[in-house]
Amino acid sequence: MRIELERRARASTAFAAISPLLALVLTLVFGGLMFWLMGKDPIATLYTFFVEPLFDVWSLHELVIKAAPLILIAVGLSICYRSNNWNIGAEGQFTIGAITGSILPVLVPEWQSPLLLPTMLIMGMIGGALYAGIPALLKTRFNTNEILTSLMLVYIAQLFLDWLVRGAWRDPQGYNFPKTISFSAEAILPELLESGRAHWEAVFAIVAAIALWFMMRFMLKGFEVSVLGQAERAGRFAGFSSKKMVWFAFMLSGALAGLAGISEVSGSIGHLQPSISPGYGFTAIIVAFLGRLNPIGIIASGLVLALTYLGGEAAQLSIGISDKLSRVFQGLLLFFVLSCDTLILYRIRLVFSRNKTEVGA
Amino acid sequence: MFEAILLTVMTAATPLVIAALGELVTERSGVLNLGVEGMMIMGAVCAFATAHMTGSPYLGILAGIGGGALFSLLFGFLTLTLVANQVATGLALTILGLGVSGQLGESFVGLAGTKLQPIVFPVLSDIPFIGRVLFAQDLIFYLSIVLIIGVNWFLFKSRTGLKMRAIGDNHGSAHALGINVVRTRYLAVLFGGACAGLAGAQLSLVYTPQWVENMSAGRGWIALALVVFASWRPWRILAGGYLFGAVTIGQLHAQAFGVGIPSQFLSALPYAATIVVLVIISHNRRTTLINTPASLGKPFVPDR
Repeated sequence: MRIELERRARASTAFAAISPLLALVLTLVFGGLMFWLMGKDPIATLYTFFVEPLFDVWSLHELVIKAAPLILIAVGLSICYRSNNWNIGAEGQFTIGAITGSILPVLVPEWQSPLLLPTMLIMGMIGGALYAGIPALLKTRFNTNEILTSLMLVYIAQLFLDWLVRGAWRDPQGYNFPKTISFSAEAILPELLESGRAHWEAVFAIVAAIALWFMMRFMLKGFEVSVLGQAERAGRFAGFSSKKMVWFAFMLSGALAGLAGISEVSGSIGHLQPSISPGYGFTAIIVAFLGRLNPIGIIASGLVLALTYLGGEAAQLSIGISDKLSRVFQGLLLFFVLSCDTLILYRIRLVFSRNKTEVGA
Repeated sequence: MFEAILLTVMTAATPLVIAALGELVTERSGVLNLGVEGMMIMGAVCAFATAHMTGSPYLGILAGIGGGALFSLLFGFLTLTLVANQVATGLALTILGLGVSGQLGESFVGLAGTKLQPIVFPVLSDIPFIGRVLFAQDLIFYLSIVLIIGVNWFLFKSRTGLKMRAIGDNHGSAHALGINVVRTRYLAVLFGGACAGLAGAQLSLVYTPQWVENMSAGRGWIALALVVFASWRPWRILAGGYLFGAVTIGQLHAQAFGVGIPSQFLSALPYAATIVVLVIISHNRRTTLINTPASLGKPFVPDR
């Protein structure tokens, strides 16, 4: 038996809409099978993992807290991937954004002003954008592969943060714990509602997603992104500069990752510490693909991926299975999304006959 | 003293060399598999678990190779049969590998491992200076050297190797000549996975004989950079691998001696060195274009 692909005359709009859902269903079926093999009741476990967190106010807030950075980073990455720039170092840009955004509350804690928080957010964005500018510079100036450089910069950023919180920026009254001083009340991103912890980062995420959706749909810049991503030569004939696009895509996604970084530190943690992210920068790659690189789709997929984090925590507490399962679920989901996307461009046929259709040498 | 340092450098370099060599073959066939890190960590966990349960590090090596190869099949199925995007699928392989290995290895954390013992060649190892370095090593080191010679012969001296390079440079023409593009690529991906698995086995059986989550620590990515550094030529992998081994070990020694530079900065050195080396290698656009397999990363659907 062989699998053959037959190119569709045009991309199937039906499958473009169905494919993420199909991928979700396949992930759930596969996950259930996995639980069953581990000797757990698959239905009950899946229920604890993916449904139960939706039923109480506290965990809905947690869901929003986890979805916000994922969406913010992923919408930036979607612009990168659409324009064929493979930024996979968002985790590093997130970290640097958190650091540059924290300069004021950590080094000048006595400065109290309503301007403090906006300044912090802007500094975080600038930090993230500049850090993403490194792979952009190396790609445009030295023709260096951006996948590898942006990833290497993640490790460097994390080590730099580690050095800061254990060395130069360590809280002198912190009993030698590796953390900076706690941010003052003025430097904390306020909560949205009385009922829980969800804070303004969620609003930034929605605004960013809608703005970028608008750009891709109605503005020349959005058209430029698509053209240069799909046919670089055609784009050059139209007068678009692919070098400028590299800069644009990297700086934009870096700024959004940096904003997510400082928002996370200011809104959810309240100080810097060696580990500030459960891999948001990498999970956001999955979010971007599950959302079909469409900013509005990414809002939905960000919520789904945030649920895998929450479900992992819940399942660890109540059923005693490892929270590492959420990483497995995330990986599986990306696999199924990518396989289901084949259906958009191709018809899949199973061929059972053994006749060779190739031309002999 | 110098001999001891050289030995540790070789131990640090071997996994990079093996994983990069596997990826080199995969990329020569025109497939870009960014999942080296994921296949490597799967190899590491399979090797450790098997060696721990059976007590035999050699069965561990086999399990490592098997684990990496099986995992690479997943990548092959998606990118070759379903023509999914290779960059994204490679990333998925890495994310999934890190997750699955963490899950599989959970019960092995903190357990003592089974270290692979060196195989000492009786007379040769008594040669002053080079004897102990070259002839009293473990099996995986010898394999790395055999693999380099083998891959070099295969790519440049064998008929199948020529076909594979042809596929990597122009899959359309190769297909028109009747070469089975997809099957050859499957084999190349499998070889890359087996090598990454072997490299992972080296990590959990030789380099640090224990299981630590994420113990590959970016080595899979460095191996990918090494392939670019080597401009897709096997022997240069050896040079690049040992250079990175030296940087890794050098910074560890510097940390131990306390040279007054914060340890985090020294730990960042291998990653920074990767970036610097990539810049130096790729800044000349023309030589890069000549060396890179022309179909690298491009999807292929056989027309009938």
